[in-house]
Amino acid sequence: MSASDDIWILGIHMTKFGKHFDKDVVDLGAEAIKGALGDAGVSMGDIGVLAAGNLMGRGGIGQQLQKQVGQTGIPVYNVANACATGATALRTAIMAVKAGEVDMGLAVGVEKLAGAGLLGGHDRAPDGAEWKPSGRFGAVAPVDGRIGTETMPGVFAQIGMEYGHKYGGTSFELFAKISEKNHSHSTLNPLAAYSKSMSLEQIMGDVMIAYPNTRPMCSANCDGAAAAVVVNGAKLKTLSLEQQRRAVKVTASVLTTDPWQEACQVLPDVNTLTRNAARQAYEQAGVGPEDLDLVELHDCFATAELVHYDNLMLCEEGGAVDFFESGASWRTGSTPVNVSGGLQSKGHPISATGIANIWEVAQHVRGECGDRQIEGAKIGLAHVIGLGSACGVHILEKSAA
Amino acid sequence: MTTRTQIPFVDYLVLNDGDPHLVAHECTSCGARFFDRRNACASCFADDFKTVPIATEGELRSFTIVAFAAPGVEVPFVAGVVDCDGTSVRGNVVNCPPDPEHVTLGMKLRLTTFSTGTDDHGVDAVNFGFEPAG
Repeated sequence: MSASDDIWILGIHMTKFGKHFDKDVVDLGAEAIKGALGDAGVSMGDIGVLAAGNLMGRGGIGQQLQKQVGQTGIPVYNVANACATGATALRTAIMAVKAGEVDMGLAVGVEKLAGAGLLGGHDRAPDGAEWKPSGRFGAVAPVDGRIGTETMPGVFAQIGMEYGHKYGGTSFELFAKISEKNHSHSTLNPLAAYSKSMSLEQIMGDVMIAYPNTRPMCSANCDGAAAAVVVNGAKLKTLSLEQQRRAVKVTASVLTTDPWQEACQVLPDVNTLTRNAARQAYEQAGVGPEDLDLVELHDCFATAELVHYDNLMLCEEGGAVDFFESGASWRTGSTPVNVSGGLQSKGHPISATGIANIWEVAQHVRGECGDRQIEGAKIGLAHVIGLGSACGVHILEKSAA
Repeated sequence: MTTRTQIPFVDYLVLNDGDPHLVAHECTSCGARFFDRRNACASCFADDFKTVPIATEGELRSFTIVAFAAPGVEVPFVAGVVDCDGTSVRGNVVNCPPDPEHVTLGMKLRLTTFSTGTDDHGVDAVNFGFEPAG
């Protein structure tokens, strides 16, 4: 691979996650962009392409942000891929740089989600005056709650329970313990929306949302943004030694969708596309799961984290319960998972998540993660899932310079 | 003139032959089954389908007990995936207390139907669910 084919993160930034009553979506996105440019030591004038994601706003977030941080006339790609939107924005910028159209690209994801409540379900209106079939199932009224559930906590609960049915060993307590780990990890993360540890008893005794997921076992809706500047290897060589030293190599950048499997249109299959993405990513990076010093994976619910241990091949097939019970995924374990606190505690401002998880990994391999630094971290993986589905996997490596 | 007094809640529920059951669109090329209106097969891209009946007995492959839902949706209820002789079906587990002591992975279930109410014309919408078998 020639130097110009290499992709590097030159600068990256994540805002505090939480409730930002005094900032709108443009304020937060602009804060992330200015932070990433500052971290990279470049300006909007150096950027050749902008990819931007925001799901809950009115559209055109990229141009709205340009109006605040710099209108240079560069192409903007406004992207949407559910909870994988941030990773999709980053992947879009990387593709433009890889294609050789630009030397440097910028990706941003931003969301205002504090107080959004339950995602996936819709208020059910009173049934009509006449039963009339409509939609692709010819349903006479909304099916949510009448034929299964459409809410995210319920869908992902079933994904974890399905794993339990297939391999055994799962329980309400096991899933709650996964959440206990992530809440514990978050106490070291000042940017997390929630940074209090929670006992197993507190987690299991909290409000049940969709068994076995109680409220603290669900991702925390919050506000936040993250942005990253990517550059090719040839351009990086022209920059300062300090910029080269802090640059983080992107050794794998993969986006997949869910290939057809029996039952995948009955209950979303988040497994096959994650496994496919992981396999491609390990091959691109020339590393294996055993080489990873840390993993940020998409724990939108405690039940989801378990299945992704297996999907990312951090354990043997069917071995996720034993992997967790061994302590491997705690920050003191062999493969620390979600040392940021994960989506359950750090928070999940959906479009920002797929770049914020990369920020976390980048800070560790740079050795700049403060109190929660995983000592000597060199290689890390960031994973995100957008239901529907899309999966992004990125592997980052410490600069050799 | 006859007036229809019942309507299935979804078009893949068949009521009118006295033996309620679900049907699927089966791809004549690869055998993939789908419950919704189809444009082509998601598995092999062919576009010829036949209607096939789905087994009315099965095994609970996964479930959740939804305690918190959108306004207007009654809780708690049990949502699950039922393996009906190799075809996975989404549905609620009914006629069973909605708690993890009574709803268990692998439990045997059978299709059942029930009224969800009548409209202004007196038409009864009949939905399906799965109840414990034996």
